[in-house]
Amino acid sequence: MTSAPQTIAATKALTQVMRDDRGRLLAALVRALGTFQRAEDALQDASIQALKHWGRNGVPNSPQGWLLQVAKRKAIDVIRKETSAENTAKSIAVLQEDASAEGEIDTMQTIPDERLRLIFTCCHPAIEWKSRVALTLRTICGLTTKMIANAFLDTEKTMGQRISRAKSQIAAKGIPFVVPEVDQWDARLDTVLATHYLIFTTGYAREDDLGETLCSEAIYLTRLLKTLRADDPEIEGALALMLLTHARRNARIGADGTAVSPADQDTSKWDRRAVAEGQALLQTAMSRRKPGPFQIKGAISDCHMAEDGPDWAQIALLYQALWRYEPTPVVALNWAVVAAEMGQPAEALTKLEGLADALKGYQPFHAARAKVLAQLDQKPAARQAFDQAMAMADNEADRRFLALQKAKLE
Amino acid sequence: MKYMILIYNDATKEPAFGTPEFDAMMGDYFAANEKMKADDVLRGGEGLQGIDTATSLRITGGKVETMDGPFAETREYLGGYYVIEVDDLDKALEYAALIPSAKFGTIEVRPLMNFDPAG
Repeated sequence: MTSAPQTIAATKALTQVMRDDRGRLLAALVRALGTFQRAEDALQDASIQALKHWGRNGVPNSPQGWLLQVAKRKAIDVIRKETSAENTAKSIAVLQEDASAEGEIDTMQTIPDERLRLIFTCCHPAIEWKSRVALTLRTICGLTTKMIANAFLDTEKTMGQRISRAKSQIAAKGIPFVVPEVDQWDARLDTVLATHYLIFTTGYAREDDLGETLCSEAIYLTRLLKTLRADDPEIEGALALMLLTHARRNARIGADGTAVSPADQDTSKWDRRAVAEGQALLQTAMSRRKPGPFQIKGAISDCHMAEDGPDWAQIALLYQALWRYEPTPVVALNWAVVAAEMGQPAEALTKLEGLADALKGYQPFHAARAKVLAQLDQKPAARQAFDQAMAMADNEADRRFLALQKAKLE
Repeated sequence: MKYMILIYNDATKEPAFGTPEFDAMMGDYFAANEKMKADDVLRGGEGLQGIDTATSLRITGGKVETMDGPFAETREYLGGYYVIEVDDLDKALEYAALIPSAKFGTIEVRPLMNFDPAG
């Protein structure tokens, strides 16, 4: 007989394990079973079993080990029913050996941690960028398909299809479940960090709870990466960049709903602990003497938060350094903005005009151009640019900020 | 897994025959071939004659329509292929990156279905 309190205890225990250890269990299962779909199905089956068994017999000593063992047994049943290739026999043999080690249920200490493989597989460059983000959020963070769909402004159905297509692509393309080799490490890590940062910026652009969740998940992911691979300065740099930016989350919008630039923010609203952690990480990263784009971006973010206002001279040098890694129009734009801040608006405008073709669809370009034109007192052109930037702004706070700047022209 | 490596080239971007750059490219092709053979991953491959030799056909309403020219009017055309057998995509991409045409065109890597009608 199952009593109500036992059922509640089982549900609570399962929820907790799935929140804390889903990624870890899934990674171990992908490793053992070979495909994402099998691993997910098996874990799902095991969870359903867990509710029944734990409700009746109590929560086992190692719920994670229990889930892993049952998931593998469920997978064997499924594979047996598939009347396909010869290697089915082989894979069953491997699995059985593993699953029939009776009485020796794994604990969190003995379950191998395969999450580094999982992280790199989800962010393989052969997968389209949007699917990398979706797979990462689904499999490692355990976000629901609905939440991921909301983040992308997609329907749940479209997102569900995207995720399942990505999973079958991993199998069909032959993307391996491995940690990249040394000669591939830097390039592959860059793709992973870019994906995590994209999750972060997507969240940062939103003012709602989902935005906060996405930022926290991006920080969680990069922190996890740092735990799994200590001593990598780019991982530390990316984490620092996110922490320093996130620290300003509560100060970036004023009481009247207008966006506030870092230099004008009420610094008492900054999360001091996050700032301190970000700065310490940057120090550690830079002491390793292996610079990279995320460390530089982290340092730029730090310079924006200097006590006496942004250190523009230092920021200009940092953009020059960043240009070597990322000679992109967006970096050129930010560099030009720094020139304007350092009292060279005419030079900045020349640089900006050169970027017009590449960046005409990029809202920050129009905002920056408007500001520089205002600085040069070219009022009609500035007004037009402000209007353009406001029309393209994706949130109300930025629109208000631009409207305020435009009003100052008069 | 077996992969086909398809080489898409823009002939106008490739070094011209008779130049030192052309010789260097051929040298790199030779080196790539030797490496694939030495690693025992090469299962086949060929270069294709130019697109001016291409003939396309389709059947419309039961009638064979024959046309002069390649399938699609693009700038980069299929110029040749390799078939290799390796463990996974990462390995396949490593060999694909050895192909010198990657510097002038695009290399596409696709798994085969293992459905060889020639047996």
